[in-house]
Order: sequence, then structure tokens, then C-alpha cells
Amino acid sequence: MTDQTLTVRFFARLREELGTEELTLPAEKEQTAGDLLAALASRGGPWAQLQGGQPVMIAINQAMAKPAAAVKAGDEVAFFPPVTGG
Amino acid sequence: MISIQTEDFDSGAEYAALRDSGAGTGAIATFTGLVRDSGDTQDVSGLFLEHYPGMTEQVIAGLIEEASRRWDVRKARVIHRVGRLLLQEQIVFVGVCSAHRADAFAACEFIMDALKTSAPFWKKELSEAGEHWVEQKASDVARGEAWKT
Repeated sequence: MTDQTLTVRFFARLREELGTEELTLPAEKEQTAGDLLAALASRGGPWAQLQGGQPVMIAINQAMAKPAAAVKAGDEVAFFPPVTGG
Repeated sequence: MISIQTEDFDSGAEYAALRDSGAGTGAIATFTGLVRDSGDTQDVSGLFLEHYPGMTEQVIAGLIEEASRRWDVRKARVIHRVGRLLLQEQIVFVGVCSAHRADAFAACEFIMDALKTSAPFWKKELSEAGEHWVEQKASDVARGEAWKT
């Protein structure tokens, strides 16, 4: 049987404010990164900032992605603030 | 070559390595970024740098590939430090070897500008007043966008 979960990772300010580095969630059918973000935001508390708060960037399998991009079982999805390196 | 590391680097040794890039190289441009005492906050005593291991290297490799398509790039070197850095420590090094100066300058500046807005690094400023996650600057985004035209 294949693993029907996906991994969600958080970085920097989001990692700290959510108190969460990584989650394993069941993969839903026909789910986008934006759907995942909305589902997490509905947890309330600090999670609410994931929607309508400061901008959240998305990466799927370590490549930048848009909210409309599909996510599926086995994917690594990351949410993080705009990057500030260099 | 790309290195993401906590330890400091020797920019002289990096320059020497870039010189060893063949007789076709006629220009080397390098950039070094340092920890400054003010940014979003004042009296900064240091930085904490976080990154997304794996994705960071892939993004930077993509930037070097793009630079190599757009300009003459004989050799490129990027080093970015992570973890805790003190005031005036080196953060980042970009070095590019080209046949001519215009390509060396452009490729070096492009890699640095694009790295700032697309490589998954995050800076936190540390000071006596506390800690502050640095916000992305509109001016940095504009510099990154300008290379897309």
C-alpha cells in the first residue's frame, strides 16, 4: 500500500509562531496548495495568519509554486515568509 | 560550486581558486556581503540565518545555469553562511569568471540579486532589544524583477 500522506514544513517566522517545524497530513483528492493553506488557517490561533495575513510563499517538492498548484500524496509542501538572504 | 555552511570562508583563497579557470578568463567579479549594524532595526549585534536545505542549493544552481545561458561564465562560486553570525562577519560570497568584465559584472550582480529574492534563506536581526525577522524589501524585489526583462 502506498503512503497516503504528505509532509508540510514551515520555516523562519512561521516556524516560530506556529511552534511547528513539520506536519504529516492525510493527502486529499484534488487538493491544491491553497486548499491546504486554508485548511491549516481554519485551525485558528496563530494558524489564522496563513490566510489574509502577511504573504506566505509556497514550495512543492522544493520548487516555488503558486496556490493553485496541486498537491498529492508523497509531496513535501513548504510554507514560509518571503525570503531575506544575501 | 555552491556551499551552504556555518563556518567562515577565506575570500582570498576563493579568488585564487577562481583565477585557476583557464586562459580564456579575462575578468573576475566578486561580491562579499557582511553583517551590518543596522537593518530593519538599529544596534544590530548579529544575525541568525535559517535556510531550507536542499531547495537552497537547487535554487542557486538554477541561478548559475541561467547566468551561464545569458552571459559568458567560465566558472562561478557561491558561498552562503547560515546559523549565528556576529557583526562584520562575512555572510555571502559570489564570484564569477568571464572572458570580459561586462559579463563578469552582470552575472555576479544577477546571481546576487536573484539569490536575495528567490533562494530560501531568512535573516533574523539580533540586538539588545530582542530579535526581529527581517522583512523582504521592495527595493530587493525590484532589483530581482529588473533582470527578468
